[in-house]
Order: sequence, then C-alpha cells, then structure tokens
Amino acid sequence: MKVAYWPGCVSRGFTPELHGSMDKVAPLLDIELVELDRASCCGAGVIAEHNQELADTLNARTFALAQQVDGAELMMNICSTCQGAQTECQERLDANAEYRTHVNGTLADEGLSYEKGLTNKNFLWLLVEEIGLDELRSRVRRPLTNLKVGPFYGCYIVRPLDRLGISADLPRDTYLAQVIEALGGTVIEYAGSHKCCGFPIITMNKEASLKQAGRHLGDAIDADADCLVTPCPLCHLNLDLQQPLAARTVGRQLGMPVLHLPQLVGLALGLEPKELGMSRHVVKPTTVIDWTTSVVAEAAA
Amino acid sequence: MAGAFPDPNVAVEDKGNVQPFTLRLRRYNPESGDAPYWEEHTVELEPHRSVLEGILQAKAEFDGSIGIRCSCRAAICGSCGVRINGQPGLACHTHLQDAQRSARDGTIEVEPMGNMPVIKDLIVDMDAVHWSKIQRVTPWLINKEPIPEREYVVDRESMVDVTQSMACIQCGACVSDCLSMEIDPLFIGPAALAKAYRFVGDPRDAQQYERLNDLSQDPHGIYDCTHCFKCIDACPKGVAPMSQIMRLRRRAGSDQHITDRNNGVRHEKAFSSLVRQHGILHEAELLPRSYGGDSWFAKFHPAAGLELLDSLPVITRALARRKVTPKGALGPHSIPKDAVKSVQRIFDEIEERDKRLELNLYITGYDEDSGEQHGQTAPEEGQPGIEPEESPAR
Repeated sequence: MKVAYWPGCVSRGFTPELHGSMDKVAPLLDIELVELDRASCCGAGVIAEHNQELADTLNARTFALAQQVDGAELMMNICSTCQGAQTECQERLDANAEYRTHVNGTLADEGLSYEKGLTNKNFLWLLVEEIGLDELRSRVRRPLTNLKVGPFYGCYIVRPLDRLGISADLPRDTYLAQVIEALGGTVIEYAGSHKCCGFPIITMNKEASLKQAGRHLGDAIDADADCLVTPCPLCHLNLDLQQPLAARTVGRQLGMPVLHLPQLVGLALGLEPKELGMSRHVVKPTTVIDWTTSVVAEAAA
Repeated sequence: MAGAFPDPNVAVEDKGNVQPFTLRLRRYNPESGDAPYWEEHTVELEPHRSVLEGILQAKAEFDGSIGIRCSCRAAICGSCGVRINGQPGLACHTHLQDAQRSARDGTIEVEPMGNMPVIKDLIVDMDAVHWSKIQRVTPWLINKEPIPEREYVVDRESMVDVTQSMACIQCGACVSDCLSMEIDPLFIGPAALAKAYRFVGDPRDAQQYERLNDLSQDPHGIYDCTHCFKCIDACPKGVAPMSQIMRLRRRAGSDQHITDRNNGVRHEKAFSSLVRQHGILHEAELLPRSYGGDSWFAKFHPAAGLELLDSLPVITRALARRKVTPKGALGPHSIPKDAVKSVQRIFDEIEERDKRLELNLYITGYDEDSGEQHGQTAPEEGQPGIEPEESPAR
C-alpha cells in the first residue's frame, strides 16, 4: 500500500535510527513510503499552547500535502506525539466548516487546501488495522520466542479515548501487546505501560520528569521484561537517551533497552540489528540481541 | 459518610430483568493496622442500575461496614468518586452492565481514588489533597474596584469561555489519575488549575496578572503538567482540566508576557521560533534555548552551561554510540527553503492578528454532519452546560 509518510522531527534528529528502521521495514510489508518532505513540525502540543490557530494551520498544511500524494491510501506517522497533536488539530478542523474555511484561507497562497476527513494513522495502527496481525504473523522470519517485551505506548496515542477513536470495538490501547504477540514475543504487563514518560517537562521540572522515566523502567525490570518497545520517539528520548540520568534520579541501576516499534518488527521480519540502527541506542540492547549471531536472545535457532 | 445508608431505594423494581453482578471491593481500615484486602459480593440488580446502587446493596445486605461516600446519586454532587476497573469515575454514573463489560474477568473492581490517602475503604481524604489545592489558587473572585452599584456588565463571549471550567463538580477524579501528581505530590494539579482558569478568564477579576504570575513561578504550577491527557479522560463532566492549564499558559506567556523561572515560557518560545526558522524542530538547539533564552547565544548562558554539565554523562554516551553526531547536533535539519518560507508566512500572518483565534469544541460543538465521525453527541450550539457529560471534552 502507498502512504503519505510523515516521519516527524525527532526521528530525523535525535533518533535517526527510527526513521532509518522504518525505511528498511516498509518494503518487507509492501508499504510504499512517500515522504512528506515539505511538511512542518506538528507542534507537539507546544505550538498549540502558544497559539492554537497556528498549530491547526501548520497541521492543515501537512494534511493538505498528504492529500496531494497521488494514490496514497492514507497518511502514516511513526510518532505517538505527532499522532496525538495532529489528531487534536484535525478534530477541530473537521468539526467546524467555518473554521476550516478560515484556516484554508491562510493556506491558499501556497495553493493548498485541506479537505475534511483525512485518515492519519501511526505505524502501529496501520500494522493492526490495515496490514492485519495474521498477515504480519505470516511474514515473521525470526520469531521473538522467549523475548519478554514491555509495551510503552506514550500518552498521545492512547488518550483522550474519544478523540483517538479508542473503544471496545477498536482497542487501539492494546495494539502494542497484540503486535508483540504476533511477532512471537511475550508481553510483559507492568504499571507504566500507559503512563507518561515525563519528557514534556524535562526542561521545566527535570527531577519529576526523570523520576517518571526511572519509575517505569524500574517497574518493567521488576516485571522481568527484557526490553521495552515504543511507538514514540519522544518517549524514547526520556527512556533511552536520558536513562543514565533517570537511573541516578531514582537511585537504582536500570540498563533497560528500549526499542522503536519498527526495530522490533524489523528484527522479527529477519533484518539485522545493525541495519535497524540498534547499535545507536544509549542503552545497548544486549538482552535483545545476541551480537555474535544476530539472533534474538534465547530464541530457538 | 460511611454506614449512613441502609437504603430502601435500592430495592429492585423489575424483578424480571434482575441479574447477578459480582463486585470486588477494596477494603481498608487504616485504624485497624491491617493491610488492605479485596472482598467480593454478588448483588442482584437490573443492568442499567449504577455501580453505586450495587455497592449500597452489598452494604445493606451483606456488610454494613463498607465505607462509601455518596449523596445525590445523580452525578451532580461529586461525592462518589472511585476507581472502577482501574478507571476513575462516579460510582453513581456508571451502569453495572458497562462496568461488567470493561472488567478484566467479569468481576467489577472498585477501588478508592488515587493520589489521596484512604480514610476507609472507598472513602479518600479530599481535604488533605483536593481541597487544600483548591484553596491554594484563591478560588474566589477578587473584585475590580470600584464595585459598580448595580450588576457588572460582562461580554457574553468571555463568560462562555469559562463555562467549561465552571462545569466542575469537585469529584476529584482528575486528581486521582494525575500522572504528574503521582510523581510530584506538590503539583497544584488539574482540578485546582481548572478552577484557577475560571477566575483568570473572568473579566471581572482584578488580579489576573498576579494569579498567572503566581501559578507560573511556582515550580509545581502550570508548567508541571506533562500533557498526559489523563484528567481529560477522567472527568465525568467534560471540564478537560489539561486544556484549561494550556489556556493558563497561553495567557501567562502570550498575553501577560510573564517569564517564569521554570523555563516554561522560554521553552515554548524557543520551540515555536525554531520551527518558524527551520520548518521542523532542531532539538539540539531547543535545550540550551529553553534554559538560556531564545537566541543562538543561549548556549553560553550560565543556566544552559549548568544544564549541559549536568547532562554530560548522557551527551558523551550519545556521542560515543553515534546516536548524535557533532554535525547533527550543530547543524539543524530543515525542510526545503521555499517550504520554510511558506511556514514562516503562516507564522507571520497568524501571529500578527489582533486577536488570537481559539476554537473550543466544548462550546461550539461539532457541525451536524461531523458528529457521527467522532462518535460524539454534538451539544446544542450556544448552549454550554446542557448535558456536559455528553459533550466533547476539550
């Protein structure tokens, strides 16, 4: 399937391995990525906090660019925060025709216009809803047997429920667990899976921010997880990049590897850890990878 | 309070449709010295009856010592806030059949709310946390002087703006679920900050600047919220406390130009201006600017230097692992130049408007044809306050 692909900012900045691994995984799932290289930052809620109309207009511009991609079935992102921030803007744009016309007025100079009703899905949603877990399962070359994976969703992709369309019929807040299972791994339940990583306040209240990250990582360790997986690069920053500081803040050793969702999928689809950029994490994913054979730890050969 | 309701009203009217529901109640009496424990009771009620009615039946028929606080039983007094299957809400406002559907194993789990000490069983100490935080934000109007002889004349728009925060019934569900408060109990929290907006947004209030300055400078104030959306989902009345906190930030930073000592406004300004400059975010530049101010020279500011020093263990590891390259850290990634120009034109056009445009769906509702798409019941336009629990929570 062809998708208008929005990689976000952080996946091309501090977590380049996320964008890189998505690029490698897409062909294995027959996803054609048409990158929206002219689109701008979603604002991550911060621009909306500064000026709501500005955030809505910038994202309407991104949506309009996505709608111009010939033959694309939908727009896909690889960042929980983009998903949440963009859905919030889209909700306002779709709800009110007068407002949408006003916003489109600002875009008119560039010859762009957003038409109500864009489908914008995170890679996680696309995996479950478009590709399907059975199809995913059939493509697994290296099942994650015995690998104990803790899901870490990130707030923006699980709340608010109604805005994100989460319900008993569409349990998007369980998708990570479903994907881990489909890839042959074992899902670890722990207290922090749906909580906040703390990243949004890292510059405002560093101690509270790192305490959040440290506590969730510790809970995952106590629940016997080998690694965490997240669809959010911002969560990855606090959970992986900042992990040495989080460990210092909560006063315990952590050393918990955190994988991006496309990396975990890529491993199971048979890609090499190195080409998935797994050597670039601050916390070495040694529990996930047997570096000598590149076979998933403890997995049956 | 506990034990006050041997209740004849919970008797079943329509015996034909009565079904068994098993409740798993969290019991705890701090005075006993015993640890908390779970206790199950099976009650028989019609499926549309509330979880509160189930608890009251268990109390009337099996154990009069079950502690639950309740009063109106109509989702307006805010007394019976609890956690049902892990989610906060009003026991009187949750149908037994819905609770059973969301239960993990068919048994409806009822616990006391979080982030507040338990007095007994399902009753938490609202005074210790919730009410003391409400007191913290000076929850009353400070009149502008001179007070007019007759009524204040206030424009409709500004009063509609605070309607959403006025829908709060002080049940504490948002406080129960606040993830910031879980880590930082000193955080003023969602309910009290939503209450603060009710007065900051009121044109009759004389001390809007003082209120905003106070809430911005407090290290546990408006910039301690992590955008986790928990309070939005928790609120049974659609108050969306987090959205009110964002409105407080907007007013503090953009209207009152308050530069707080928590890097809140600096972070927001640096974020916006970097996106304006490059089209996408330049993270390596965002950090020093959040500490040292919105300029390229921020990295030489002492506050940014201290932060850099504190983060050295992380920076060296990120460089060693080639997660971040010096080139990537110093040179911004960007979108094509003409696209950046388009983004800048949007920034300029919108920021130059005389008045900020803000669409609050709680007040405007959805266009008729878009209601279904979101599974929402659109409230009647211009009639906020009508069944707010059915209206979108923004």
